[in-house]
Amino acid sequence: MTPPAPLPPLFEVRNLSKRYGDSEVVSDLSFAIAPGECLGVIGPNGAGKTTTIRMCLGLSVPDAGSIHAMGLRMQRDALAIKDQLGVVTQMDTLDPDFNCAENLLVYGRYFGMKDREIRARIPALLEFASLTHKAGAKPGELSGGMKRRLSLARALVNDPRLLLLDEPTTGLDPQARHLMWERLQLLLQQGKSILLTTHFMDEAERLCSRLLVLDHGRKIAEGRPRDLIAQHLEPDVVEVYGPGAAALAHGVLRQHAARVEVSGETVFFYTHNCASLMAGLQACPQLRTLHRPANLEDLFLKLTGRQIREDA
Amino acid sequence: MPEDTLLSPAPVLAAPSVWRAPAVTLRFWPVFLRNLLVWRKLAIPSLVGNIAEPLMWLVAFGYGMGALVGEIRVAGPTGSVAVPYILFLASGSICMSAMQAATFEALYSAFSRMHVQKTWDGIMNAPVSLDDIVFAEMVWAAFKSLFTVTAILGVMLALGISHSPKLLVAWPILFGVGVAFSCIALIFNALARGYDFFTYYFTLFLTPMFLSGIFFPLEQLPVVVRVIAGWLPLANAVEMVRPLFMDQWPEHFLRHALVLVAYVGVAFWVALALTRRRFRQ
Repeated sequence: MTPPAPLPPLFEVRNLSKRYGDSEVVSDLSFAIAPGECLGVIGPNGAGKTTTIRMCLGLSVPDAGSIHAMGLRMQRDALAIKDQLGVVTQMDTLDPDFNCAENLLVYGRYFGMKDREIRARIPALLEFASLTHKAGAKPGELSGGMKRRLSLARALVNDPRLLLLDEPTTGLDPQARHLMWERLQLLLQQGKSILLTTHFMDEAERLCSRLLVLDHGRKIAEGRPRDLIAQHLEPDVVEVYGPGAAALAHGVLRQHAARVEVSGETVFFYTHNCASLMAGLQACPQLRTLHRPANLEDLFLKLTGRQIREDA
Repeated sequence: MPEDTLLSPAPVLAAPSVWRAPAVTLRFWPVFLRNLLVWRKLAIPSLVGNIAEPLMWLVAFGYGMGALVGEIRVAGPTGSVAVPYILFLASGSICMSAMQAATFEALYSAFSRMHVQKTWDGIMNAPVSLDDIVFAEMVWAAFKSLFTVTAILGVMLALGISHSPKLLVAWPILFGVGVAFSCIALIFNALARGYDFFTYYFTLFLTPMFLSGIFFPLEQLPVVVRVIAGWLPLANAVEMVRPLFMDQWPEHFLRHALVLVAYVGVAFWVALALTRRRFRQ
């Protein structure tokens, strides 16, 4: 599928499994992260993304499988591995009693860094997070985006080789999200590696060189975003909605599409032949149509289904 | 990466037992410093709160009741000695202050950091183990209790309740009281689902500590109660601290110290095991 990485992997997970009681949360999962790569992990709620991250951090012990990072083995060398990792979790764990600069100082100490050494890094970290003007503000006075950027700056305090980011932009407005993406792209340019989980397909497509699609704890697809779309989907999608749209799924226009899906009142045509489909739709001016190239979201929905997950 | 790990099939892993020996390293220190830095910002109001209440007790009971009680006879190595009630009360209540200061910190404050603020989760994403965090919380609560105790001792010295030079020996024993009650409180911290749970701890565990010879001599209690009290950590601490206030050396010092040390060892291990279980998912 993907060409072999030229360098030995920075981080490698082999045949990882984890069950809670009767349910298998992660099942025989293997993946690797090459130096400088951004690997995205996408999947519906309950797919096992956060459990996988927790196992990668040694916080949860897998039932089977192994995790190696930077020549070290997880569990046995958990602390030595974490010395070289930066982590941003779904929920902020910033210290509410400290201002931004103090948050960075205190966190740097957990890595055994000297105060002098950390203080020398703080201005650059705050600058990177666009928080220089907020150095003396406590997390409670920051916006959601600022808090996330402070969490990211905190994860960088030890100058890690690999970042583990669990839904770093969930709950942010578009401006804050774009700023976060910009910063993450900067880190990739600097040669950092990133493991990213996300629910935003545009985020995955923009940042990730490779994607892992998880569902029910299993890997169901892996590859570059463009390759995955080309491999699993027709190039064009036409969405049709309005009164009577659902009937089109069984009408004459069906022949122009390779695949048709109905969701509520909307019909999705997946097609290689959008010109004839669009021409046919001219006959139904009462319907609203949206013609667009197939994207990662289509892939995601095709692979994992349109059903809402129980714990969503 | 060694060859064998690449070729061998995925091993089935046995999760290590939560009862394995504690593995404490110097990485606990930055966690202790974190709590110290927070507290430094609130030290003065927190100190006022910590010493005002025990001093009210001391003044109200010591001078109020003391006027009614007069002197009280305390058994010692050379027969019983008559001491002013305020001295009797001060030497017991300072042990209770050490207990309460450590308990509040290791219950409510530690629970806030562990469960509400998720501070511990953040720390564990750095190279600091849960064992070090629990140890740091224990040392921190004991330190805070020592700080409170020192302030109260200062006031007692100023009031002239005792001028025994042996109080210097009482000081590390009071630190031991803080350590013991921090460890015990951390067991309940590990089991708690919310702050309400701590009410059980206070009513079922701390209230019986009143039977430790703080307000009245143990000798006047029924034998059964005295036997039970003999195994309470606070009673053993009082047995060591009270003679030092009276400028005497405690009898059976080793036995009392060992009881306290046993509480520390067992309680810390249980607290750590239960905390590990709480965080294992």
